[in-house]
Amino acid sequence: METQWLPISQIAKQVQAGELTATALVSQSLKTIEQKSDYKAIIAIIDKPALARAHEIDARVAKGEDIGPLAGVPFIAKDNFLVFGADTTAASNILKGFEAPYQATAINRLEAAGAVCVAKANLDAFAHGSSTENSDFFTTLNPVDKTRVPGGSSGGSAAAVVLDMAPFALGTDTGGSIRLPASFCGAVGYKPTYGLVSRSGVIAMASSTDVIGPITRTVEDTALVLDVLSGKDPLDATTIEVDNRGYQNLAEPSIPQRIGVIKEYFGEGLDASVKKSIDAEITKLKKAGHKIVEVSLPSLPLALACYYILCPAEVSSNLSRYDGQRYGYSSKEAKSLDDVYELSRTEGFGKEAKRRIMIGTYVLSSGYYDAYYRKAQTIRTKLIQEFEAAFKQADYLVGPTAPVTAFKIGQNQQDPLAMYLTDIMTVAANLAGIPAISIPVAAANQLPVGFQIMAPQKHDRDLLMLASSIERMNK
Amino acid sequence: MAKLSVTDVLKLAKLSKIQLTKAELDEFAQELSAILEYAEQLASVDTGDLEPTVQVTGLTNVTRPDEIIDYGVSPDRLLKNAPAKQDGMIKVKRVLE
Repeated sequence: METQWLPISQIAKQVQAGELTATALVSQSLKTIEQKSDYKAIIAIIDKPALARAHEIDARVAKGEDIGPLAGVPFIAKDNFLVFGADTTAASNILKGFEAPYQATAINRLEAAGAVCVAKANLDAFAHGSSTENSDFFTTLNPVDKTRVPGGSSGGSAAAVVLDMAPFALGTDTGGSIRLPASFCGAVGYKPTYGLVSRSGVIAMASSTDVIGPITRTVEDTALVLDVLSGKDPLDATTIEVDNRGYQNLAEPSIPQRIGVIKEYFGEGLDASVKKSIDAEITKLKKAGHKIVEVSLPSLPLALACYYILCPAEVSSNLSRYDGQRYGYSSKEAKSLDDVYELSRTEGFGKEAKRRIMIGTYVLSSGYYDAYYRKAQTIRTKLIQEFEAAFKQADYLVGPTAPVTAFKIGQNQQDPLAMYLTDIMTVAANLAGIPAISIPVAAANQLPVGFQIMAPQKHDRDLLMLASSIERMNK
Repeated sequence: MAKLSVTDVLKLAKLSKIQLTKAELDEFAQELSAILEYAEQLASVDTGDLEPTVQVTGLTNVTRPDEIIDYGVSPDRLLKNAPAKQDGMIKVKRVLE
């Protein structure tokens, strides 16, 4: 992929050495954002504060201060991250005009490392979706084909990276929302182990699967950003200890690694042209000396149904805070307390949010809780056990990120279920809490294809090692 | 079990504090039924005596000392987005009749 940006490590080095200025970099980013505005990847631009921060960084460099591993690097954040300098909307009318009272830990960490947030990227409202068509504001266009979706829900973030607006963007992945748009747009999308990166200050969707992660052009860049993002946070009690070797300086994995090809991801429903690209990549791995093994996780076909019970259940809980009382849209028509709740939510929420809230309410309601919610949680256990068994036979599990390439805008809008099926290969990693990456491989009919690699929980370093090795191999 | 009637959807909407038009009620009844029917495939799976998974970190009882921490966020900032305020408090409609 052609780019105007150096690798992130080099950008930071040159800024620290005074060879590049943060101001020039931020200006470059803002200019590209402006030039590519017809793709509608961006909801809000943080120009003045970003330039102010950039000037401040340049002044500190001049004084000989150490800025950090991301010195002067511009980045774009999905609009479900709380960031100062622009509204945080989650692409929903119910949060239009909402000003973040504090920033997400992830944003604070990136800023402490010298990075500068320049814009907020478009998403499916509240991250509910696989195409960014559920944004209450507008649909982002795929950088490779303007008639197609960029994938979702982090469609704006993935498009922004491929459109060269910034060296990296932040996304969130609850059922595939980083990996899928990365796959559709041709970027690298990383889903860390659940708990590796703090979710504090990120608008919650499904709290038992939500993760945040970087979208970049290269695996090397992802590793560097992950290094800065990861680590226990007292503000997020679900964060875990990290690998103290960090995620950079990745050695070549020893040969052979056992690469498990997931049988269930190669059945009916997988587009033939996508299969061709994935098979070609697996053949390359074999030629490189790795051992290819076929693994089966018999419960995988149930993962999507499981996810579409658990996720809406958690969504219905997490979205109950949007009540028109303390922040967000509050209906002026409301006369009674109940009016405030009902009218604000009715007028503020989009259709998909309402759909998911109601499904969640149904599966959690008395009489149905055991049959749906508890059952789904038990299937989740089964799936986790099958992953553990598979990881005894293989060090990594691979397959396509999605069964298709980017579909046309409007194609799946009439059928919510058809839209949900796009996630069929990504949800399992979220249910199991394991890390997964999507890297671009050979295009199918000139559209980007994502190759997905998964590793056991907390094996993020191993995963990045293999992905990095494949990236070098594919050059 | 999964065929939702308009009455069912109305009940769910009420519980979710959302109002729906007649057209939306019909539409949602169909869409939600289809989604739930898809999810029904879980019902026939034998999960023996497997325990439900509630979270995947394995962490329990993560605590911190009971001390005040200054996060540098002022009450003014936190109240900035409130639709109605009075004397540093959020103003709401009458709660008790």
